[in-house]
Amino acid sequence: MSQGTNFRLIARLDIKGNNVIKGVNLEGLRVVGSPIELAYKYYQQGVDELLFMDCVASLYGRNQLTQIISDAANNIFIPITVGGGIRSVSDVNAALRAGADKVAINTAAVLNPSLLLEVSKYFGSQCLVLSVEAKQVGLRNWEVYTDNGREPSGMDVITWVKQAVELGIGEILLTSIDYEGTRKGFDLDLIKAVSEVVAVPVIASGGMGKKEDIISVSKENFADAAAMADILHYNRNTLAEIRDYAILANINVRSYEKN
Amino acid sequence: MLDHMKKIKVAIIDYGAGNMLSVKRAVEACDAIGICTADPVIIEKADRIILPGVGAFSSAMNALNNLKLVDSIQKIASNGKPLLGICLGMQLLFDESEEFGLTTGLKILPGRIVKIPISRKNGKLLKIPHIGWSRLESYPDASWKNTILEDNNIGDEFYFVHSFIAEASNRSHVLAYTQYEDVIINSVVRSDNVTGCQFHPEKSGTLGIKILNQFVSHG
Repeated sequence: MSQGTNFRLIARLDIKGNNVIKGVNLEGLRVVGSPIELAYKYYQQGVDELLFMDCVASLYGRNQLTQIISDAANNIFIPITVGGGIRSVSDVNAALRAGADKVAINTAAVLNPSLLLEVSKYFGSQCLVLSVEAKQVGLRNWEVYTDNGREPSGMDVITWVKQAVELGIGEILLTSIDYEGTRKGFDLDLIKAVSEVVAVPVIASGGMGKKEDIISVSKENFADAAAMADILHYNRNTLAEIRDYAILANINVRSYEKN
Repeated sequence: MLDHMKKIKVAIIDYGAGNMLSVKRAVEACDAIGICTADPVIIEKADRIILPGVGAFSSAMNALNNLKLVDSIQKIASNGKPLLGICLGMQLLFDESEEFGLTTGLKILPGRIVKIPISRKNGKLLKIPHIGWSRLESYPDASWKNTILEDNNIGDEFYFVHSFIAEASNRSHVLAYTQYEDVIINSVVRSDNVTGCQFHPEKSGTLGIKILNQFVSHG
């Protein structure tokens, strides 16, 4: 974690159709609520960023998120990242025009890495997040998956993130398929392995089950942000509880005060 | 409607880069009318002008040149109408940028845009872009009275996302700075009617809306 900049607490909303859903290991999806209501609730509770992921977009080749983003962004004034089904410069443009600040790209970049170069050249690195879905295949080896954790790509995570940084990505959203939805804490080995080879911010995603999980992932210089879903959606901990706990543990988080 | 009920019109310069819509919505949350436009006539008629922007310095300057907006923006700056540059929009106000060789800027504020220097701490590289919420600090001789920061406090945190920083030639133009490891970022600069902020007030929650409110009400 960097001095002078806060460890970010990000709410992750996985979207299917018009609902926020949640699964385990990116499977077995259940409806947990309305994206606009949840997004606004987390905004009011002082979340640092919002992440909307259309988790069936790659599968069906469509993206329903634009309207949801456009509605949500009306009264939410924090950064919004959109992912799922972004395949081209014009998809990026549509997401940004709807009110997103950044886009997260996985499947389309794996199929065509030069898309990353194209997007970073056109819109700048600051709006390009590489979404990586990683599955452990060896002691210190992870494979890149696409299509929301459904398809193995044969690519090595470490090789891929290094290549993607060269192509201009500004951030990495690193989701552990093995830990996702399990509430057993973050995959620290994975996050450390990626964090050590790139100089762009890393968002840890998958596994946060209790507020205590924030400590190891932030303190040991691993991640720059944590994406949280399950823990917030099921009110296991509120953002205020997580933030207060982080402050007590000397983690540099934003000192949000509700106005 | 009665004259005093007339809303302030804020022109948000649309040169094809990024998040005008976010800026427009935030301006409207301040009870002003936000107009995204590239029309010099509309821009010059507005009460307030915002130059937003994300992306690369050189492509933004190319776009402003192609849209013939460089003169209009310089005219606004010298005519005394409130002008606010946000993020890349702030950087464009300066003389030049080192991004991809040397690119000429709007030359409204003296100084140069440079890349965040690469540094290490405990062997770990400083993360670039600088992304996240960081505090505003102030020099003892910089007063925030009658500026966009009037309602804000030292230590308030704002959302930053950038790889380049502004080196202002004139220290008195720096209203606030922000520390990112060993790097000092000029986070708010001001010269008379021209203000720039490196962070995104439209993405910094209620503290950011306060800044835009101040800009809308007092310039």
